[in-house]
Amino acid sequence: MSEFSVIGRRLPKVNSWAHLTGQARYADDLFLPRMLYGRLLRSTRPHARILRVDTRRALAHPGVVAVVTGADMPEKMGIMPSTQDETALAVDRVRYVGEPVAAVAAFDEDTAFDALSLIQVDYEDLEPIFTIEEALERDDVKIHDEAKRANVFKEVHLSFGDLEGGFGAADHVRDDWFFFEGNTHAPIESHSAVASYGPDDKLTLWTATQVPHYLHRELEKVLGLPRSRIRVIATPNGGAFGGKSDPFGHEFAAALLSMRTRRPVKITLDREEVFYAHRGRHPVKMRIRTGVKKDGEITAVHYQSWLDGGAYASYGIATTYYTGALLTVTYRIPAYKFDGVRVYTNKPPCGPKRGHGTTQPRYGFECQIDKIAEDLDLDPLEYRKKILQPANSRTVNDLRITSMGLGECLDALQRSTRYSERRGQLGTGKGIGLAGSAYISGAGLPIYWNEMPHSGAEIRIDRGGGVTVMCGTSEIGQGSDNMLASVAAEALGVMPADVHVVSGDTSLAPVDLGSYSSRVTFMAGNAVRDAAMKLRALLVAAAAEKLEVPAERLLTAYGRIYDRDDPAKFTTFADAAVLAESKHGTLVAAGSYKPPKGIGGSFKGAGVGPTPAYSYQAAVAEVTVDMDTGMVTVDKVTTAHDCGRALNPANVEGQVEGSAYMGYGEIIGEEQVFRGGLHKKPSLLDYKIPTSLDTPVLEAIVVESVDAEGPFGAKEAGEGPLNPVIPAIANAVYDAIGVRFDETPITAEKILTALGKRDRRGERKTRIGPDGLDAGKADPKRALRRLTASTDARERKRPVS
Amino acid sequence: MTKQLLTLRVNGEPRTIAADPHHTLLEVLREELGLTGTKHGCELGECGACTVLVDGVPILACLTLPTLVGDSEVTTVEGLASAEDLHPLQVAFAEEGAAQCGYCTPGMLMTAKALLDTTARPTRAQIASAISGNLCRCTGYTAIYEAIEKAAEISQGTQSEGGAGAQPLRRPGARSLTGAQLP
Repeated sequence: MSEFSVIGRRLPKVNSWAHLTGQARYADDLFLPRMLYGRLLRSTRPHARILRVDTRRALAHPGVVAVVTGADMPEKMGIMPSTQDETALAVDRVRYVGEPVAAVAAFDEDTAFDALSLIQVDYEDLEPIFTIEEALERDDVKIHDEAKRANVFKEVHLSFGDLEGGFGAADHVRDDWFFFEGNTHAPIESHSAVASYGPDDKLTLWTATQVPHYLHRELEKVLGLPRSRIRVIATPNGGAFGGKSDPFGHEFAAALLSMRTRRPVKITLDREEVFYAHRGRHPVKMRIRTGVKKDGEITAVHYQSWLDGGAYASYGIATTYYTGALLTVTYRIPAYKFDGVRVYTNKPPCGPKRGHGTTQPRYGFECQIDKIAEDLDLDPLEYRKKILQPANSRTVNDLRITSMGLGECLDALQRSTRYSERRGQLGTGKGIGLAGSAYISGAGLPIYWNEMPHSGAEIRIDRGGGVTVMCGTSEIGQGSDNMLASVAAEALGVMPADVHVVSGDTSLAPVDLGSYSSRVTFMAGNAVRDAAMKLRALLVAAAAEKLEVPAERLLTAYGRIYDRDDPAKFTTFADAAVLAESKHGTLVAAGSYKPPKGIGGSFKGAGVGPTPAYSYQAAVAEVTVDMDTGMVTVDKVTTAHDCGRALNPANVEGQVEGSAYMGYGEIIGEEQVFRGGLHKKPSLLDYKIPTSLDTPVLEAIVVESVDAEGPFGAKEAGEGPLNPVIPAIANAVYDAIGVRFDETPITAEKILTALGKRDRRGERKTRIGPDGLDAGKADPKRALRRLTASTDARERKRPVS
Repeated sequence: MTKQLLTLRVNGEPRTIAADPHHTLLEVLREELGLTGTKHGCELGECGACTVLVDGVPILACLTLPTLVGDSEVTTVEGLASAEDLHPLQVAFAEEGAAQCGYCTPGMLMTAKALLDTTARPTRAQIASAISGNLCRCTGYTAIYEAIEKAAEISQGTQSEGGAGAQPLRRPGARSLTGAQLP
């Protein structure tokens, strides 16, 4: 018999029923009386000065009610307070094709769209920068004038332990370059926001956001409206994956248009616009040098990364640190140096995508670990097990490790897949690969410095025993509403279905920092548990008095408060609520959570990496490579994930499988790529996300390490499981055809090149990947000139109505 | 643009609306009829979020002009459950955790309904093929396969029991899906 009545059970999510009957209200599903429809005019130039924006003809267009431009909201904004370099709509300058420049509100969407072509923007083209290498070198072209050196956004250097000594003591040193291509979240729901400025001079914004609290702050800054007059309501997100965790131009534009017109305004992005909103995976070049002893023990790691950040900061400062911060938490590394550089380029801004900044280095490092195992003739699984960072330890970069289940994950995989016996034995074209990984259960520090809780929750119990949980979390499909209901229900002794959840509403719910960095289960879970335990104490005290049983002997479950020794002696939860309210007054309690001190170091840059608990995971991929067509079929991905404790195993498995799916898409073909600054694939027709027919068989194995600080022992499950899948597939392809893929994605074309089927000499390669920093590819500027000419020709031909 | 009067049969109800003739069935369902369960995802017929049934056949509402539907019967996700009873697919999707963000779910449910209406016990390959036009970015499809298989079992179970004795699948308030019981 489980010690829990809710935790650990496969109960349906409390918000499923709305999803399954079409009654969930996403932002685009809101239709308010007198509502206007907005659209954004976007830049056609990758880099240009804005000389003039003339909106007169658009304003005169029948049906248009208001037009706003960047000049109406010139205040700088951005998710990270220390690097705010964006404006809601472009002011003076555009820095990527697709950057919002102006916004129109009209009676209907067609009219708003038509009016966009009546806005005249005069641009003076500036030379664009498209590659990391150009961005590093070109001091004469500045995408942001504030950049100190060329187009470098951020440069970090951290060193821990005796690096020289470590490499000196090594018997073997590997030095490998890797490239991870950029890609995007592609949630099925496009971004959408509805703003309503009321007669009381208060603004309400319903929006598909992961971060209602941070958006609340930015709205105040940009609109000049006190936060006390703004209410942000995060609507259920139709998928987010990190892509809805920045403040976006359309949110400010809808708000300002509503303030100007005093009517509700909705702006929903179309699919092409979602690719420009982006904030997805950074393209990253990496160099990893690792020294090992003969037995494989790591003596030193020097990790370098160069991130292509796109046109603006977004979370870039955190992303840059994340590329280096978490390499140390899986395997013992006694000496470690990290150098990271993020540059600006004239492309849509990159930001956090599931696995934020850790996915790229984890890919490189796990491929390199596979190579080291081969160099030393070690079994890659046994090798990883031998060098594990121990539980309850500190890493060389001063990160506190508590529960650590990577070893159990590897054991579970070996039992399930027989990896060690099958590696190298499957014959040409068939392969099996392995990788491990880790992730944070929430960032240890908030985005703006403060001493307040990271998560707050409030619970109210009504006189009929109804329980309402209020928390600022944003439900993005990860199941946060259900987590809140489940934790409260377990603590109070009711069922999740009896709990009402009010989330993501800045007026009704206490602040939670948002649904990013896999922080919600751990942090909001602890906050809601804290609140629930306070109310439980009141209920139990009142019930003890009535039942004449000592309070310590009372248990709460299934809507009853009962005597442990004699379950027939009970009071119902609803009766207990009445007794408790009579005795103690209105039943409301607040709870909060803040990570403990001392989970990270105190050096500059130590703020990124610490977390109250790391999740661990490993994956085994099985692949088949068609030697004639180069097509890679991933037959199966098995992922074992240490989530601390599975609050709801079905939902944990869903996260693990969904992560494997997304990782598979990233390595097998998804890429956010450009030709002369123009997105090559800004539609779901061209940007292929895996269908049911593409997707491998996915198996999830849940490993429970029961974390001492997690709510009922839980850690994160939503992001970490993506990380090992990518290197596991690369390692499996190596096992199949003997070619190392040190760059993503692994396309059929690259496979054929490697097999010598695409060049005349027919030479086989053993590796596809970069050899250093270089431009090396076709001149992107030439493509730009060609495209500009054709765009200009098309614009000249466009009839002016 | 002059709006045209149009009568559609949606979820068993005749509905007359005035709509721009170039507006798609998706726009008409969502904006004129308030049936926002059907979703917009990609405008190109790639994602399947706008899938509805026309005379039982799944179609993409974002690529369909309502005038072409004529007096065929349109079924949206809102028409899947009755006032009292959920469709077996809805129960199975909830129990298997097959809806994460829920955004692809209405389209997925409609495609799955069309499959189960023609193939009582589909194989996994048949399911994968049937839903290959419905993109899900959250689940990796595994839970969706399991839910559709479970719904097929439930449907067959209720059919074979048949008659007055068959237990309809009640909405969650009526049928205890929580398994509440004392330890």
